[in-house]
Amino acid sequence: MNNSAEEKDIREDIAWAQINKDVMKSLESPRPIYWVMFAGALAMLLVGVGCEIYQYQVGLGVANFSNPHVWGLYIATFIFWIGMSHSGTLLSAILHLMHADWRKPIYRFAEAMTTFSLMTAGLFVAVHLGRVWNIYWAIPYPNDRGIWPNFQSPLLWDAMAIFTYLTSSIIFLYIGSIPDLAICRDNTTGWRKKLYTMLSLGWMGTDRQWRNFRKTYLLIACFLIPLAVSVHSIVASDFAMSQQPGWHITSFPPYFVAGALYSGCAAIITLFIILRYTFRFEEYMTLPILDKTARLTFAIAMVWTYLNLIEYASVWYGHDMYSKEILIQKATGPYAPFWWAMNFCGSVVPFLLAFKSLRRHIPTMMVASLLLNLGMWLERWMIVAPTYSHGYYPYTWDHDQWPSFVQWGIVFGSFGWFGLLFMGFCKIIPSVSMYEVKEMVYHRTLERRKETEWKGEKA
Amino acid sequence: MSKRRIMGLFNDFEEAHSAIAELLDANIKGFTRDDITLKSPIEHPEVEQVLGERPVKVQRFTFFGALFGGITAFTLIASAQATFLMQSKGGKPIVPIPPDLVLTYEMFILGGVLMTVLGFLIGAGLPSRRSSLYNVKVSEDQIGVLLNLEERNMQAAKDLLRKHNVLEIMEEVRK
Repeated sequence: MNNSAEEKDIREDIAWAQINKDVMKSLESPRPIYWVMFAGALAMLLVGVGCEIYQYQVGLGVANFSNPHVWGLYIATFIFWIGMSHSGTLLSAILHLMHADWRKPIYRFAEAMTTFSLMTAGLFVAVHLGRVWNIYWAIPYPNDRGIWPNFQSPLLWDAMAIFTYLTSSIIFLYIGSIPDLAICRDNTTGWRKKLYTMLSLGWMGTDRQWRNFRKTYLLIACFLIPLAVSVHSIVASDFAMSQQPGWHITSFPPYFVAGALYSGCAAIITLFIILRYTFRFEEYMTLPILDKTARLTFAIAMVWTYLNLIEYASVWYGHDMYSKEILIQKATGPYAPFWWAMNFCGSVVPFLLAFKSLRRHIPTMMVASLLLNLGMWLERWMIVAPTYSHGYYPYTWDHDQWPSFVQWGIVFGSFGWFGLLFMGFCKIIPSVSMYEVKEMVYHRTLERRKETEWKGEKA
Repeated sequence: MSKRRIMGLFNDFEEAHSAIAELLDANIKGFTRDDITLKSPIEHPEVEQVLGERPVKVQRFTFFGALFGGITAFTLIASAQATFLMQSKGGKPIVPIPPDLVLTYEMFILGGVLMTVLGFLIGAGLPSRRSSLYNVKVSEDQIGVLLNLEERNMQAAKDLLRKHNVLEIMEEVRK
């Protein structure tokens, strides 16, 4: 079955006009499932908004927040969404610098995922505050309250890092879309034409514009890589720089970064499959590309597994009895089912990706990617909750705390918010980069031609 | 002598490339490399073989943006911390360098990214009004070669473009 034609990432004889037509069609007429998902995401968001309104009016008590459980699912989910955002950087920036051209048909939606994940994560900062109406107190400006931020706090670094990352990600996504926005401008009418005319800034594809475009894209990609690493290292510092048992671990920053790349890759697989079907992108989001993404995910899963084991080992042999007790609590206490589920989903399920036949089997990949992300979400919850439930002093222990429906509702709503933003994006901005796919086809055809000529000369 | 612009549309880059090369070889009086602009649906760095290397200065903006962002961040943070002089710091430094470097690093990147965008807009000449010599096919699959020529050279240039299988020649309308 596996002949060489099937192994190609993309069909090289595809006409450029056809690429424009196919991608433009995705903006106009997706399959009806799109609207079902859109409605589902809206319903989920409404559940979240309803819970937030209730929590806003009554107070954090309805979320079952109490001392010592002060962060709960909100901060766990915040870390999860920050982690998801690393996928775009991986696909766009890291693989761009490595000249991995198979990323071209799928990097645009990964970049969008980065931006919307960050926007979703930001919501939880506000949601977890008791008095959300006072959030402006955190903004550093001279004021009569005498409040000034503590520049030595990782929480402040976090705010700055996320702001920088969000700003840079939006810019990266927008700059990279300009040539495609010009294509949209040239092929639409009405309000869409007006919108794309404004957004494409008068792009005409001149050699001067392309030269500057390429350099800019490369420079921002170079900035994004250390930025992404710094963002999740700083999120890890929120925990690692505290004195709480189970958190004060040196390997937390690389562990967090690996977890972020891992969950991001798993989410790319999920969205890859959804977009491929919804927008009829079978020609561009091909099985060989899915295969490569899955292999990348498997490699990162193994890095995460290694760092996870290192964390357990350093706690176990570290002679810090409090951290060790937390670890034992995780494995045997009330959180044990979730902790074991996390280890299973994060370290065992990825072995499915080691088999080529499974990597190309879409239903298996869909289930596997969802399980991987469930594992990654549980990982964040298992970082936050057990430490709070089993602190230094026995009189602070509270093993019976369970998040209320309000917490679950808001977490659920965040997926709706992300889904809504993402689905909206895919209807307005091309989720497959048309010019990059053309470049991919062009360069591969040239290579093939040179190869044939070389073989001819040799013969 | 007044100049006029024409644009030839080609089916592929190779034809456009050879047309440009021959135009330059023809030694048309008053016509230089700078009078040629390539419009294409993808980037063709190979065009520099005939048009010569054209410098990009975006990285200068990046360098100074990053430097400005980092210095500004450190100065602002250190100034804010210095206002705490009257507070007891318990023997700790008033301006602690290691934690301040984290925020400096973030602002270094933010400054670099923002100024890179500015450099891109200036370098690429964006935003701009769309030229009258534009064809939607350029964003699809055809290559446009825009020439800025003196009136007397117009016919020779058109003939040369036709020799290289130009699909269409568009002329700028005189106002």
